[in-house]
Amino acid sequence: MTPRSALIRLAVRVLYPAMLAASLWILWRGHHQPGGGFIGGMVAVAATSLLAVAEGSHTALSRLPFGPARLAACGGLASLTSGLPALALGRPYLEHLWLEIPLGPTKLPLSTVMLFDLGVYAVVWGALGGLCAHAMGLDEKAAVAAEAVPAPGESGPERVEP
Amino acid sequence: MGNWLLPLPVILPLATALLTMVSWRRPRVQGLIAGASLGALLAVSTALLGLVWTEGTQRTSFGGWPAPFGIEFAVDPLGAAMVSITALMGATAALFSLGDADPGTPSPTLWPLTFALLAGVGGAFVTADLFNLYVWFELMLVASLGLLALGGEPRHLDAALKYFVLNALGTLLLLLAVGYLYGLTGHLGFVPLRGALTDLDGATLGPFVALLVLAILIKAGAFPLCAWLPASYPTLPASLVALFAGLLTKVGIYVLLRLLGGVLPALPAFLTQGLAWVAAATMLVGVLGAAFHWDLRRILAFHIISQIGYMLLGIALLTKAGQVATVFYVIHHIVVKANLFLIAGLVFRMTGTYDLRRAGGLYVARPALALLFAIPALSLVGLPPLSGFWAKLLVLREALAQQQLALAVVALAVGLLTLYSMLKIWLEAFWKPHPDPDWSPPSHVGLTPAYLATGLLAAVTLAFGVMPEPMLQLAERAVETLREAGP
Repeated sequence: MTPRSALIRLAVRVLYPAMLAASLWILWRGHHQPGGGFIGGMVAVAATSLLAVAEGSHTALSRLPFGPARLAACGGLASLTSGLPALALGRPYLEHLWLEIPLGPTKLPLSTVMLFDLGVYAVVWGALGGLCAHAMGLDEKAAVAAEAVPAPGESGPERVEP
Repeated sequence: MGNWLLPLPVILPLATALLTMVSWRRPRVQGLIAGASLGALLAVSTALLGLVWTEGTQRTSFGGWPAPFGIEFAVDPLGAAMVSITALMGATAALFSLGDADPGTPSPTLWPLTFALLAGVGGAFVTADLFNLYVWFELMLVASLGLLALGGEPRHLDAALKYFVLNALGTLLLLLAVGYLYGLTGHLGFVPLRGALTDLDGATLGPFVALLVLAILIKAGAFPLCAWLPASYPTLPASLVALFAGLLTKVGIYVLLRLLGGVLPALPAFLTQGLAWVAAATMLVGVLGAAFHWDLRRILAFHIISQIGYMLLGIALLTKAGQVATVFYVIHHIVVKANLFLIAGLVFRMTGTYDLRRAGGLYVARPALALLFAIPALSLVGLPPLSGFWAKLLVLREALAQQQLALAVVALAVGLLTLYSMLKIWLEAFWKPHPDPDWSPPSHVGLTPAYLATGLLAAVTLAFGVMPEPMLQLAERAVETLREAGP
């Protein structure tokens, strides 16, 4: 996978942000329609995997906000926290609360469900995205090692992942 | 007011696991978070025990979806007692690891995994839903697997694999049994399940219940599916193995007690008699393994198995007194077993080996450690006035009352063999002079926290032994609630 096709790299430069935007849209849409944190997170994982194919696993991992493990942990914390307001009001844990903020002509609906879903999104993206990118990195290292052994005269592969 | 306490035994460790993962580059911050969380967990579980004791069983259903639809948490005296003892064990294990008693560099994933394990254990104790129970077992499995593999050496990976194979099988069988029961009744919550199962006859239910019991027996480390336990536990560092040995198999016993005592209808006689003989075989195999081995931790691991046999026997008798005996036994055993593993860690720190043949001289060099060992060791054997005496007495008395003479004889014989294997540890590690005449225990190591932790657990054992009445009351109350209302 080391000498990468320029076409793929160019395409991914456009696709990566587009897929992330789509994943966020799915997350948002899941509020009342099919979609939600898990599915949105999976699309984000697909974007990260694609980036790992095009630019190498190191780049893909470094583009995950906070790094994979922390992203997942923060997501889990967000989901856990989303149940606390209900607990503070004497309601059962994870009973969700809605709040609508009027913004001129429209209104902004906020809810603890959104926080929960955002947490799920981050858990899925961080954990599975990290896993996929790492797994591809294993392959890269093997490829680098395989190329380095039979051709001692050559200068070696151009891109060596740290 | 009780409502908000209920989910905390799970939320607290889960949040701590995540927080320590976020701060994984800063060991000091991790340690502070872990300490604060364990303190809070101890306070919450004690408050919960007090609340349940005065006001009876507390329940809450997640998201406000009521019982047959939503997932319920319910804490009765049994669950509250188990949660409290879990918090105590977590705190003691952490205290032990504060000093230099556990050599080796701490891994940044140690705390997250430990707290994930505690969350799984806590979840299993407070849940009132069969599928939710499976989820907590899965979390325990993943976390303990991570902890077993943490060392990274081949022996750790070997242990993790052995642990994984049988435990994953147990978890899968559990899922299968849960699925069957759901298919039969359409319910997963303990209370609706109990109602729905009473209408079914034993012949329909028998195979599924047997599957469920088999799955839990694997988790509890019962014969013949106990090989994973002595193969994996001895590779862990001392504070972790104490936590594993104290809590994990006992979750299986707790679940079996809860399901057979308060959820499933009366089993066919051949199944309960079979369970009683599994209990006897577990006792025997465990103690014979302990008598055979020379590695201190392997002996202690085999003792877990033999003690699990006593607890199973109490359950298999199916009477109220038998179940009270099991509850008493479980709580006594968690404290004693964890303490013995902690002391084994200290013995290793002093002599540099777990092999009894190459150790020795500790009675002269470290008399305090010898005394600390004697308390839990004699308690495990069952000498009065220590807690193990009452635990064994309760089981034996009920076995005799149920005319199970053969089982009682096995239990007594196993007690003698336990004494023999404990004497072996005593004579080899403490009494005999060290084989190397130039040996002296390392001085200037910070072992105060470790001594504090083991001393605390020894004091708890002594208290249970000298004053068994409060503990017995708690056990009786727990079983009464369990039997009358389900969880």
